[in-house]
Amino acid sequence: MNKRIQQNVMIKGTKDGFMLHLDDSCSFSELLKELEVKLSANYQFQENDPSISVKVHTGNRYLDEQQEEKIKEVIHKKKKLFVVEMISNVLTKDEAKRWKDENQVTTVTKVIRSGQVFEVPGDLLLIGDVNPDGTVRAGGNIYIMGQLKGIAHAGYKGNNEAIIAASVMKPAQLRIAGQVNLSPDQYSKWGHDLECAFMDEEENIIIEKLQVLKKYRPNLNRLEGGL
Amino acid sequence: MGEAIVITSGKGGVGKTTTSANLGTSLALLGKKVCLIDTDIGLRNLDVIMGLENRIIYDLVDVVEGRCKIHQALIKDKHFEDLLYLLPAPQNSDKTVVNEEQMRKLISDMKPDYDYVIIDCPAGIEQGFRNAIAGADKAIIVTTAERPAVRDADRIIGLLEKEEHIEPPQLIINRIRGHLLHEDEEMDIDGVADFLKIDLIGVIPDDDQVIVAANKKEPIAYNPDNRVSLAYRNIARRILGESVPLTPIGSEPKGFMSKLKKFFSVR
Repeated sequence: MNKRIQQNVMIKGTKDGFMLHLDDSCSFSELLKELEVKLSANYQFQENDPSISVKVHTGNRYLDEQQEEKIKEVIHKKKKLFVVEMISNVLTKDEAKRWKDENQVTTVTKVIRSGQVFEVPGDLLLIGDVNPDGTVRAGGNIYIMGQLKGIAHAGYKGNNEAIIAASVMKPAQLRIAGQVNLSPDQYSKWGHDLECAFMDEEENIIIEKLQVLKKYRPNLNRLEGGL
Repeated sequence: MGEAIVITSGKGGVGKTTTSANLGTSLALLGKKVCLIDTDIGLRNLDVIMGLENRIIYDLVDVVEGRCKIHQALIKDKHFEDLLYLLPAPQNSDKTVVNEEQMRKLISDMKPDYDYVIIDCPAGIEQGFRNAIAGADKAIIVTTAERPAVRDADRIIGLLEKEEHIEPPQLIINRIRGHLLHEDEEMDIDGVADFLKIDLIGVIPDDDQVIVAANKKEPIAYNPDNRVSLAYRNIARRILGESVPLTPIGSEPKGFMSKLKKFFSVR
């Protein structure tokens, strides 16, 4: 019996706290029980000990929110211990879908017209224009093969790394994460072709020729090998 | 089974009603049976442009509420034997007395009897607009070549694209002033068409005769010699499916001699 307890719950010390490895082959109730035993067998904390962060790794076991709460409850019973992160190797389909949505490029052929708001969770590739008073919003980057004359908001969930690129860049406003860049009063008739916008370290939105992107956002390149 | 075409613009004063009246007349002149419906409840004026305002007995609201039969409310245009009719709007109600379902039913009841049902839409995007587009199969957007009008047209196109029962809208650019085109004061025809990215079905020049005709209670389309009339007749032919090239609208000749030459070369 003693041997099995050791197999199901393993405590590892790291430099920023504990790491709890929970075995994924036993039943959940068994796991909870053993976790409790294991933790109470441990050192009794003193009143003025610093609190210790705990990372919980659940392996290939999927825990729903209630089960996660129960595990946290057990750990929090020991004062001074608090859970910073629950790590699992498995995802539900919903979570996986959200994750995929936020990381994929959505391609649309459409003119975003005055009064319309078009929103995607991940990157947006728009084949068409954004007309004045139209808005496009993306969780990631925005690429527009057409004229941007309305509002583009990249990384609207707070991604400072997001960029906006357009074939013709004459926007009313550019927004990246929480920053807004207003347009000049008048655009010159020529120029503004193939430009991009991104945020620098001081959180200013910079509008530049497309070729500088390679320098500021090398991670945009997803091509492996090749040229 | 006829087609229902809604004439709309978003912005007021760009020529929806004039366009409805003239397209209706032009289609009737081409031998089609047409009914014009004025949906601008409370601010009607299609009846005035058609010169039929003294003959209104029942109106659109009377029909949808069942106080009369459709044929009782229709006013026949005397220029034709049996081709052009008007269903007027009431002047003493507002747009909320009619709903979309009623309009849909009214128009589907009328379509079998006519080749074209032309719906004149009120300005704005509220209930009146929703009513006007409810029963339509096609839409024609009227705009002038000014930024405010084009912006509103853009908004309207966006709203129309969401309606699955309506084909992609077509565009009429109204009141083009030739002399401004060359001075870069106005957005030009290509600029507007490029911006809105929908099919252009006609370009109407600006002409004082349109106002004269409206005051004479007779749409300009009856006048065979006028360039506005010609433009509307060409649009009517395009609606019928003929391919008619767009007539170029250049600047008016400037000098006296060239004006004189032009004067004599007309016709």
